[in-house]
Amino acid sequence: MKQIKLDSIQSLFKALSATRTLYLPVDTPAGADFKKYEDGVLWSGALNPNRSAKDFFFPQTENMVDFKVEGKTIEIIEPTRPDEDFVVFGVRACDARSFELLDKVFLCDPVDTYYQNRREHGVIVTVCCNKPAETCFCTNFGIDPTAPGGDVACWQDDDTLYLQANTKAGEALLNSVADVLAEADDSAADSVKETVKAIMAKLPIQNLDLSAFTEDNLLNLFGSEQWKKLSEACLGCGTCTFVCPTCQCYDIKDFDTGHGIKRFRCWDSCMYSEFTRCAHGNPRLSQVERFRQRFMHKLVYFPANNNGDFSCVGCGRCLAKCPISMNIVKVIKALGGANK
Amino acid sequence: MSVQETLIPKLGVVTDVRIDTPDVKTFRVNALDGGKVFDHMPGQCAMLSIPGVGEAMFSITSSPTNTEFMEFSIKKCGCLTNWLHQMEEGQQITIRGPYGNGFPVETEFKGKDMVFVAGGIGLAPLRSVINYVRDNRQNYGTVDIVYGSRSMEDLVDYKEIIDVWCKEEGINVYLTIDREQEGWDGHVGFVPNYVKELGFDTNKTVIICGPPIMIKFTLAGLIELGFDKTQVYTTMELKMKCGVGKCGRCNIGAKYVCKDGPVFRCDQLDEMPNEY
Repeated sequence: MKQIKLDSIQSLFKALSATRTLYLPVDTPAGADFKKYEDGVLWSGALNPNRSAKDFFFPQTENMVDFKVEGKTIEIIEPTRPDEDFVVFGVRACDARSFELLDKVFLCDPVDTYYQNRREHGVIVTVCCNKPAETCFCTNFGIDPTAPGGDVACWQDDDTLYLQANTKAGEALLNSVADVLAEADDSAADSVKETVKAIMAKLPIQNLDLSAFTEDNLLNLFGSEQWKKLSEACLGCGTCTFVCPTCQCYDIKDFDTGHGIKRFRCWDSCMYSEFTRCAHGNPRLSQVERFRQRFMHKLVYFPANNNGDFSCVGCGRCLAKCPISMNIVKVIKALGGANK
Repeated sequence: MSVQETLIPKLGVVTDVRIDTPDVKTFRVNALDGGKVFDHMPGQCAMLSIPGVGEAMFSITSSPTNTEFMEFSIKKCGCLTNWLHQMEEGQQITIRGPYGNGFPVETEFKGKDMVFVAGGIGLAPLRSVINYVRDNRQNYGTVDIVYGSRSMEDLVDYKEIIDVWCKEEGINVYLTIDREQEGWDGHVGFVPNYVKELGFDTNKTVIICGPPIMIKFTLAGLIELGFDKTQVYTTMELKMKCGVGKCGRCNIGAKYVCKDGPVFRCDQLDEMPNEY
């Protein structure tokens, strides 16, 4: 294990950003968000940025291919792929887990090479949560915030940051900044872990009953009377899908630049009516069906296709951001439990 | 295969346009240097696009046994299809695929007596299987084709049906139109009722494609006749963007129509939510 004093953390950021781009959570008037590190930029003490870290591998918009159209002929121009190496510092355990879930979607056959390319260029440095919030419920999905994962995991006490490499890429990263780091005892972060575990144990949403969400129960859950009531106030704004670290639905659109056609993909949301509207009609006509789709996907459909893994990491962003205070915890409580 | 190859399309060129009905045209597509852009199995689909207009999934109506070109029968019903209907020979388009599972022509269908039931543009995906079966005649039993449309003019591929299918031994073609019409001396009535009237042997394998309401009533009629849902296949369509089960919109429950479908056996549909 390595360590660095927090009052000299800028030297770590400088070293990390010397040969690659460094992104880290920074305070903004609208809350914390991941920003590119430049001299003097301060690391936010916020628990989690507004937006998840999925942008780094699955950006909100991404150019896929260009076309030149002239008369009846078309030319296809493949875009250059970004080849910049980067580090994302300050990722929490929930967001780190979301990358594993996104991998299941984008890296399964046929591999999404846009995502794969970004994954290969990024190194993830996680930091253990010091002050989990009341909206946190990652432990329900088997996530241990005191073992946050990533290529390098960090723990922070009052005056020191402890760093531990988890992967070869993590080791290489720490070696490249070895000058600013000091050795630390492997048990140095143990007291931090104990403190955080004690806080987690007292948080309100720690024992959700997920036993009802099985593939066998798919049709029962789909047909539940609860959806109508749960979705009643839903505005269909899609905020939950945009802040969600595991939401990965996307649209593909063309844009005429005046010099050619850009085909790009961008985040889409199952909460929108256009999402499934096609020539012969729309299978999800009202917000009830759209709302149901989002939660059935996270709690039943995704696990059915991915060895039982739920597509939620308990980051709590949807709890904090939904304008009508509806969220996955309320859905789990309404539908969950083996006897419901 | 990676998405790099599948999300980035290839170029094709329209080499023939056939007007089938007032709102259906069949487009012949070749690779720029001739031949086919890619191979496929009956029931699989392809993403066709005009850059700047849009991209959508269409069933490939030609049979894989056609080694010279691919064909797409397309009904005019939206922005992209309106544009496609204005195309002339020589127009280039982008094409990617093939997508989906296709019909089990080399496994479950082998040696079976086949009944094809189609309504309107629903013939498009079935034509691929019908011609595949015709070209591999020794592998399949009898072939019955029930095909109906609103009117005589709305029957897709009418010339091929009359000049080729109707004349071939071992193939029975039953055409019907919804309402009486001058110049039509064939059957009049809806497809589901006609299927029940014809009352096929319940050992046969049935493939249905058409409007959802036609599929629903035809299936109910077949069950009444004594068919099991495991003998009946259909092919679905929902809005699609990627074609490889990642963009997240064409799911019915845990199944993606683009990747796990579009062909489903009717007993499989029973295990899926009714959201299509």
